[in-house]
Amino acid sequence: MKTELEKPSFALSMRGVNKTFPGVKALTSVDFDISKGEVVALIGENGAGKSTLMNILGGVHQPDSGEIKVNDKIVTIKSVSQADSLGIGFVHQELNILDNLDVSANVYLGREPRKLGIIQKNIIAEKTNPFLKVLGLDISPDTPVAKLSIGQQQLVEIAKALSKEAKIIIMDEPTSSLTLSETDKLLNVISDLRDKGISIIYISHRLGEVSACADRVVALRDGENAGVLAKDEITHNRMVSLMVGRELERTTNTNGSKIDQSKGFETKDIITSTYPNNKVSFKISSGEILGMAGLVGAGRSEVAQTIFGVDPNLGGSVYIDGKEIKRGSAKASINSGIYLAPEDRKRTGLITQFDVSMNVSLASLEKHSNGLGIINNESEKITANQQIEKLNIKTPSAETPVINLSGGNQQKVVLGKWLSMNPKLLIFDEPTRGIDVGAKAEIYKLMRQLADKGVAILMISSDMEEVIGISDRIAVMHEGKITGILGRNEFTEENIMHLAVGGSSES
Amino acid sequence: MNNSKLGFINNNRRELGMLGLLIALIVITSWGTRESGVQALFESKFLSADNLKNISREIGIYGIFSIGVGIVIITAGIDLSVGSLMALLGVVFLYFVTPPETRPDSFLAKIIPEIPWLAAVLFTLLIGTAIGVFQGLLVGKLKLQAFIVTLCGLLSYRGLARFSADDTSINISDSSQNLEFLRFLGEGSLSDVLSNGNGSGFLHSIPMSFIYLLCFAIFFGVLLHKSVFGRYIFAAGRNELATKYSGINTNIVIAFAYVIAGFCTAFAAIPFCIYTGSVQPATHGAFFELYAIAAAVLGGCSLRGGEGSIIGILIGTAILIVLRNMVNLFGYPTPLSDAITGGVIFVGVLLDQHGASSIKRIFSKKPVSGN
Repeated sequence: MKTELEKPSFALSMRGVNKTFPGVKALTSVDFDISKGEVVALIGENGAGKSTLMNILGGVHQPDSGEIKVNDKIVTIKSVSQADSLGIGFVHQELNILDNLDVSANVYLGREPRKLGIIQKNIIAEKTNPFLKVLGLDISPDTPVAKLSIGQQQLVEIAKALSKEAKIIIMDEPTSSLTLSETDKLLNVISDLRDKGISIIYISHRLGEVSACADRVVALRDGENAGVLAKDEITHNRMVSLMVGRELERTTNTNGSKIDQSKGFETKDIITSTYPNNKVSFKISSGEILGMAGLVGAGRSEVAQTIFGVDPNLGGSVYIDGKEIKRGSAKASINSGIYLAPEDRKRTGLITQFDVSMNVSLASLEKHSNGLGIINNESEKITANQQIEKLNIKTPSAETPVINLSGGNQQKVVLGKWLSMNPKLLIFDEPTRGIDVGAKAEIYKLMRQLADKGVAILMISSDMEEVIGISDRIAVMHEGKITGILGRNEFTEENIMHLAVGGSSES
Repeated sequence: MNNSKLGFINNNRRELGMLGLLIALIVITSWGTRESGVQALFESKFLSADNLKNISREIGIYGIFSIGVGIVIITAGIDLSVGSLMALLGVVFLYFVTPPETRPDSFLAKIIPEIPWLAAVLFTLLIGTAIGVFQGLLVGKLKLQAFIVTLCGLLSYRGLARFSADDTSINISDSSQNLEFLRFLGEGSLSDVLSNGNGSGFLHSIPMSFIYLLCFAIFFGVLLHKSVFGRYIFAAGRNELATKYSGINTNIVIAFAYVIAGFCTAFAAIPFCIYTGSVQPATHGAFFELYAIAAAVLGGCSLRGGEGSIIGILIGTAILIVLRNMVNLFGYPTPLSDAITGGVIFVGVLLDQHGASSIKRIFSKKPVSGN
């Protein structure tokens, strides 16, 4: 057999990878290649399948079908340790670092050189040093990790991967919590590593960084390959159009008519604890649905939680129908008619072991009790049954624990809790996550009905189709700031994505 | 009462199972302690009027503080300070009713004035409740771990009790007040209280502490199972975050559970120290916190929070007391009593969680591996 000298040999190649999770097709016949000493950026919207693909490579998930070759040998990666031994290192977005240990102990965690069971501390330190040098980390190996900045901790994670002789390093959103100068440093480290022949898969929403460091861009969309850009083709616009791709058929938006500008909700200069330097202001008229788009981590949920009063009040003010309302607790917001249907229904929206009726009444028990604080079960049940009927909640009875209901019906129970009261602003945080198509449509219809009754609605969603189809206006957030508010005629995925990755609305 | 109990049995397998265990224990003990010959169960030592009176007195005292601890457990917390608090409050209460010159030479003994017994009762309740407020704020408001906060309580209240009593026993007999009526209230029977010590008949076999327990059970039963506040307790215990997201100040709700526990402990401490007649601070009330936890858990409270009932706690308490009484009446060595109690709780909880099959599995493992 002849060796084909001219054909580049890939360090890694994935072919036709399929992966299905219960109810979701996460990856459909995805191909991915990377050669020695190459930096490949993997881009895509939330839920496009980037993490699933990388988790398959890192041994976290197994593919349903498909072929993975490392150095032209077919492999199956059944576990994280197997990925390690194949030379695949994974630096996760959430750092897997033990901050009670020092740097060298983290680098050699689980692989400590030992003698008679005693860890040879000085040997570890000696072995760690060269990796720190390579990464330009000017610290002693016995520095406690807790004393390092996030950027330095990230580099320690990379050192750990290098110490396992990783040939391919996957970096998942490595810069999401780094400062600007730390980011620059990391990009330098990446190009150094590339020069040493290490391949890097770089996942990021920050398209600026991608164009700065990537040799090639691979885009995924809806679990499929969306396209590849060579080094000289990498531009902001081309990446955005690859990520967004298809034209959407618009869900027809029947509305606008009932919007009353004189009434509604307004917030001025509120501050969230995640982005304390950014002030957020916006307005939602009575009868209007304001969609809020942005990438994961843009600070949208934090804005919702701050308005609702479960996150601390760090400043700014909130108005309902022009009157400033009292803030500082969820109770105060609820009393002013501000309600939140939170993102994580099971954790914050519902007490899943409680029955439907108890969940519906939880926020308004005072209404269902007498002067002595004794609950009137009759009135509680009547209200619950009204909501079950109105929202078409499919449940055997009002006494069924909500844990036994489907996701869509659970979401309706959360709504039932608030609709049994008197909403002025209803915040939906990812209202249709994990909900089937039928229930989705019902929830959209309900939102519009509520708006028509004069409720102001804030809908936070990472689902583009949903944001474009349902909203009257769309506010886009990026790193704790509203980068733009789009009117109906400006609704395009490109516009939204452009703002979501930090572009300004003028360009 | 009967009606709500029936509804209970329908809804709560746990309580039903434990009630079965209690009845089984009663039948076994009655059978084992019956007079010689084939006589009716009802003529056993266990079912004698005196024994029943003693048991119900103990159930009364233990039941009251177990209700407090049970409510804390329903909020997904724990209260380990109960036994030590009983010792401290016992010392304080006896200091209140004894003249300063009879007390040992210690700092608390010097600062606590002698006051009439009714005032002493009220102040003791107040101090217990205040300690509950303190622990409640630490756990509910400052979000310190309940286990740690009340463990510190367990150590420091006992230490304080021993220090302030100079580690000697404090006797109620040192009091120069006329405490006859207090004694009736504390260790006497319903008829003692009604007829000033001349009671007899059925009412005479109902100890006051049992009456108190019934009042506590009804009051806290309504509070926990019928009121808005009770709903908040269960909600906060199940899912504190979701409860907060419904606009409920869970910090206060959780803190209040510890206040209830402090009050219940203080209330139980008084009849208990009158009954014992003296407080030996090193041992008074030792392990009571664990009996309370055992009673609550036996009665269906989950240490994960959000589960449990007052009736369950009462049944759990009764099981503990009947078990101890059984060990006594059967003439087993007293030191064995805790071991037997522990074993029964273990089997009871195991049966409840996994059913009979798991026990079978545990015991069938050996023969299988032997083959």
